[in-house]
Amino acid sequence: MSETNHVSTSKLHGLWALTNRELKKWYKAPVVFFLTLVQPIIWLTLLGNALNLGSLVSAETITFPPELAAQFTPTQLGALSQFFQGLSSQVMGSTFGTTSYISFMAVGMMAFTALFTTMFSGMSVVWDRRLGFLNKVLSTPVSRAVIILSKVFSATLRSMFQALIILIIAIPLGFQFGVNFTPLNIIGVFAMLFLICVGLSSLFIAINIRSTRIETPMAVMNLLNLPLTFASSAFFPIEKMPAWLQAVANANPMSYTIDGMRQLLIFNTDWTKLAFDFVYVGIFAFVLTTAGIVLSWRFLNK
Amino acid sequence: MSEEIIKAEGLTKIFNGNLVAVDHINFSVKAGEVFGFLGPNGAGKTTTINMLITVLKPTEGTAYILGNDISKQNTEVRNVIGVVPQEYTADEDLTGYENIILCADLYGIPRNVSKKRALELLQLVELIEFKDKRVQTYSGGMRRRLELACGLINRPKLLFLDEPTLGLDVQTRAATWNYVRMLKKEYGMTLFLTTHYLEEADALCDRIAIIDHGKIVVIGTPEELKNSLGGDIITLSIKQNVDITNLVKKIEHVKEVKKENDSYIIKTGNGEVTAPLIIEALRKEGYVVTKLSLTKPTLNEVYLHYTGKSMRDAADESAESVMARRIAMGRARH
Repeated sequence: MSETNHVSTSKLHGLWALTNRELKKWYKAPVVFFLTLVQPIIWLTLLGNALNLGSLVSAETITFPPELAAQFTPTQLGALSQFFQGLSSQVMGSTFGTTSYISFMAVGMMAFTALFTTMFSGMSVVWDRRLGFLNKVLSTPVSRAVIILSKVFSATLRSMFQALIILIIAIPLGFQFGVNFTPLNIIGVFAMLFLICVGLSSLFIAINIRSTRIETPMAVMNLLNLPLTFASSAFFPIEKMPAWLQAVANANPMSYTIDGMRQLLIFNTDWTKLAFDFVYVGIFAFVLTTAGIVLSWRFLNK
Repeated sequence: MSEEIIKAEGLTKIFNGNLVAVDHINFSVKAGEVFGFLGPNGAGKTTTINMLITVLKPTEGTAYILGNDISKQNTEVRNVIGVVPQEYTADEDLTGYENIILCADLYGIPRNVSKKRALELLQLVELIEFKDKRVQTYSGGMRRRLELACGLINRPKLLFLDEPTLGLDVQTRAATWNYVRMLKKEYGMTLFLTTHYLEEADALCDRIAIIDHGKIVVIGTPEELKNSLGGDIITLSIKQNVDITNLVKKIEHVKEVKKENDSYIIKTGNGEVTAPLIIEALRKEGYVVTKLSLTKPTLNEVYLHYTGKSMRDAADESAESVMARRIAMGRARH
């Protein structure tokens, strides 16, 4: 062992090694990777069709009472039926901002897949601690911040990939882009996803790094999961919620993430709203990332 | 380079403000020696290692590794040490080769160097045939060897082995010992290992520190420690019914003679040399030795002497309190 040590001081070296380690567990495991792809299809086809609110009012669902029908000629009835169907898409349009519920929901789903993926990825830090891997890494020259960042980045990259898959799958299922959509908007969508994922995974890692049992993060996630999902605009517009729920949903950063993405993908883009979405999510991400990294870093430096 | 590879000065770790895991210990490890930390579970061995490998910060005191302060010059320390942890830390989803490359990346070793080195190390630990198999399929012994290879990737000057043979079968343990001896002999590496197996400490270590309740009770070579108990014991009987106590006492090396029933219990520094001398001296006087046995003290007795309990007792000693201690430490971190 006489050869001299060639040590590069680049922090990126260790960061990529650790990030890639996490990602390898996913893309190198065929079953896991396959399920990653299948899961959004199931979600979209099942939920998208089960909750297809647009189909509530359609030619099939409209039957006129016989005594009412008797007062009109068949042509008039046809026109009336047309009117109601038109009303349906009008209601959809004014409620959801788009006439296609699956488009509305698909964007919500992209954000929530990101949320779930960051949550689950964060759990790997518990195993790293239990299995002694964390201690081993701590004894190498890799900086503490890099250890935390690698977790954050692997979760973020994975989430963004999953969101992309949902978007791709949603297109053949009837996804309708907004009138002023350009492919450039996709960059904005992923910038939004990046912000929320970095923020959330920093938070989850700070929580998880302190627990020695896998049950703790599980409980935390179960607690946060539903409120973050349903007290947001993911599946239903906030304006139609009761006032108290609106207050919760309006504070929920997920709502802004989703709105921002919808502005870019399916809505007739409202630039002021979009700017506000970015500012809100940006601040949220900055605060959580700073807090998360500082808390994790302090823990690792005990 | 300084002769002292490790120098601990009042090294202390207190968890949560009250749990004293390591209590002001001082010791030094010289270049090229195998130094063993021996003690029961929960004695503070792993906590000491974790401080030395810069995973935990000392509460008080510090230690120097190749002259670098473990609390201040983290990076310098980390670059010159290798660590083989108690646990199997290799990633089960990756292959053996990928795991070593990962370790190399953590040290910032460029790929062209690390690829070559990884293959050399896999050869060294006899895993080259399995390098592209996922670690999941490895046996316990293979995983241990992989850990060893990972610990050597940065060509460390000092290698830490935390309970290297814990839970291994007899053959794998013997193989591990051989690796340790080879690293010392062929690479002149300094090794710091913890163990709670007395025979392991005896077989491998140049010097041993016995640690109990966070304090070092005694340090020395295995021979010194055994001799400190008064050396070997020769038990002998003679045909004649005469008291030979005073005669034996005059023989060289003999320290103490006690008559018990028909036999004499003789304490001596060096049993192998003393026994023939005794036989010779007695024969000259016309006595006939009928029985003679030589007992060498084991580290078990040393341990018993210094800690007031045998290793087994220590393990049994309120298993609960030891567990509670371990759990508390676990909570505190790691």
